[in-house]
Amino acid sequence: MTALFDYLLGLGDDALVAAQRTAEWCARAPQLEEEVALANIALDQLGQARAFLTYAGELEGAGRDEDALAFLRDEHEFRNVQLVELPNGDFATTVAKTLLLSAYQNLLYTRLSRAAEPQLAGIAAKAAKESAFHVSYASVWTVRLGDGTPLSHRRMRDAVEEVWPYTHELFEPWAAPEAGLDPAALRGPWLEVVDRVLGEATLARPRDGWAATGGREGRHTEWFGPLLAEMQYVHRAHVGARW
Amino acid sequence: MVRAEVEAAVGAVPDPELQVLSIGELGMLREVSVDDDGNAVVVVTPTYLGCPALELIKADIAAAARAAGAADVEVVVSMSPPWTTDWLSETARAKLADAGIAPPGRLSLPLLQPGCPRCAFPDTTELASSGAAACMALRLCPSCREPFEHLKAH
Repeated sequence: MTALFDYLLGLGDDALVAAQRTAEWCARAPQLEEEVALANIALDQLGQARAFLTYAGELEGAGRDEDALAFLRDEHEFRNVQLVELPNGDFATTVAKTLLLSAYQNLLYTRLSRAAEPQLAGIAAKAAKESAFHVSYASVWTVRLGDGTPLSHRRMRDAVEEVWPYTHELFEPWAAPEAGLDPAALRGPWLEVVDRVLGEATLARPRDGWAATGGREGRHTEWFGPLLAEMQYVHRAHVGARW
Repeated sequence: MVRAEVEAAVGAVPDPELQVLSIGELGMLREVSVDDDGNAVVVVTPTYLGCPALELIKADIAAAARAAGAADVEVVVSMSPPWTTDWLSETARAKLADAGIAPPGRLSLPLLQPGCPRCAFPDTTELASSGAAACMALRLCPSCREPFEHLKAH
């Protein structure tokens, strides 16, 4: 299997699992505006996943389309980071996950939009602009909660600290030569964005300690299986069903 | 001969989310080709990767091309070059404004705040970052007190 195929799976799986998890807020968000916003963020992620997985399937040439890749792979075959499979927790946890992931995706997609591979560059250029909205949405909420009441401050701080160990995986050495980038080099610019938001939110950046790892090799958290079961159930129960 | 008819018919397909604009005016239509047997290939660029209207647009394109004389139709979705709101023509922007939707600013001027499409009051506020469609924000005009949709620059 080519390195680019694996890489596209990683990009697609990050987006797909983030979409599935974020969409759990449908009909459960604190207010209608946040419900619509989170559903739209999930929809953007789903669109990115579809583009990356379709491209991966074409590249593989084994007849697997986006649906086969999304619904017919098992847990150990998914290449997403563990960050995106974490439970949603409270609203602050979701905001923290969205901020830390979208700040990374925005930088990554912006870099990938200059990749020599035209299809990869095209998808990334589109996705970069979408993720900029996600960064903006999550930043506003991080500041509002962090620089809010003592209770919202505490919960936003706890959320960032809880999620922080899962961010290191985003910068592990894992990229196809076609990507033309070193993921580790994204961490500096990512910290700049995150520090700016955390600073405005009167929150301290958590100390680096234990770091989650293994998602890119197919090792996932205990929360991933149930997410996949829910996502894949209908497709597998009704094989080949069409609208 | 068939090619020109198919291209005109396909270009006139309305966007399901922005009914006032056709996919031609939106700049989504990249290429139309028809071979000697009348089989058409239509290349489109989606405005949003996750656009839920894309399946409907593909079906509408196929129907429009067949009605214009194409024997068979293949709709190809191309991601490169990526679509941007900067491709909207001035005519398209004027049509959006007439329909009460504030057109997007230029990407080179990202700080430009959309004015009210009804009374042209310049200083409007955002009510929600996402509106009825993912590509829209909901804003409020403090002058005429009316909420309005804004197609976000992207």
